[in-house]
Amino acid sequence: MNLVNNAFGIHEHALAVRNRRVELISQNIANVDTPNYKARDIDFKKIIAGTQGVKVMATNDKHYEIAHLENTPDGLKFRVPFNAATDGNTVEMAVEQAQFSKATADYQATLMFLESRISGIRKALRGE
Amino acid sequence: MIDNIFGIAGTALNAQLTRMNLTASNLANQNTTAPTEDEAFKSKRTVFKALLSKADTHAGAPHVGGVRVDKIVDLQDPNPRVYEPGSPHADKDGYVWMSNVNEVTEMVEMMASARAYQNNVEVVNTAKALMMKTLEITKA
Repeated sequence: MNLVNNAFGIHEHALAVRNRRVELISQNIANVDTPNYKARDIDFKKIIAGTQGVKVMATNDKHYEIAHLENTPDGLKFRVPFNAATDGNTVEMAVEQAQFSKATADYQATLMFLESRISGIRKALRGE
Repeated sequence: MIDNIFGIAGTALNAQLTRMNLTASNLANQNTTAPTEDEAFKSKRTVFKALLSKADTHAGAPHVGGVRVDKIVDLQDPNPRVYEPGSPHADKDGYVWMSNVNEVTEMVEMMASARAYQNNVEVVNTAKALMMKTLEITKA
């Protein structure tokens, strides 16, 4: 049943990654005054490319999912600050605030895609 | 997953509130006198620490990625010695030791912690809005 198994396509994975990004930026905001804290961000493109690669059917017991979200630490990257702080902290509040609003907007965009998928499937099932 | 965002912002609210409390305490003790330099009030500062792994967390701050107050340190600025022979804290030469609180730096500290607190409140509000929107997906 392709309709059920793959109903939401990439958006299902995208929502999880978007959520992870909002979480990461909120971590940066929380640690704005922590000495030696390095701001981190997610490489969205890389992670989504990883999840798309896994969308292959497992035809053998030895096939396994390689790109589960939590297991891709490569997706995390340190932010390069515009001005280094003397206490070793690389969180720049203006950058984080801008990225946070972008991340939440992205999250809502993915939500809207999911919503339209769901209402599309509903329409198809009703057969009206 | 979204409740972790609430937790992270919560730990930051806690830490910033501790910082603001210390500022209030510093300002309150600005005019405290003492008979010796060791007993004189020293301005206090928080040192934050990121909760990078489960080992850093405890019951009060169980959220990895959040922040907690690691330690509270005394500011090392010298305490001024003031001639005040009438004070009961005065030594034989008539001097008392004042606190080393500088109200200007304390005000800056207070504003910085207030701004950081507001930022985290905004994170909580946004996370809440996203959560509500996600719940509404079932109505699509």
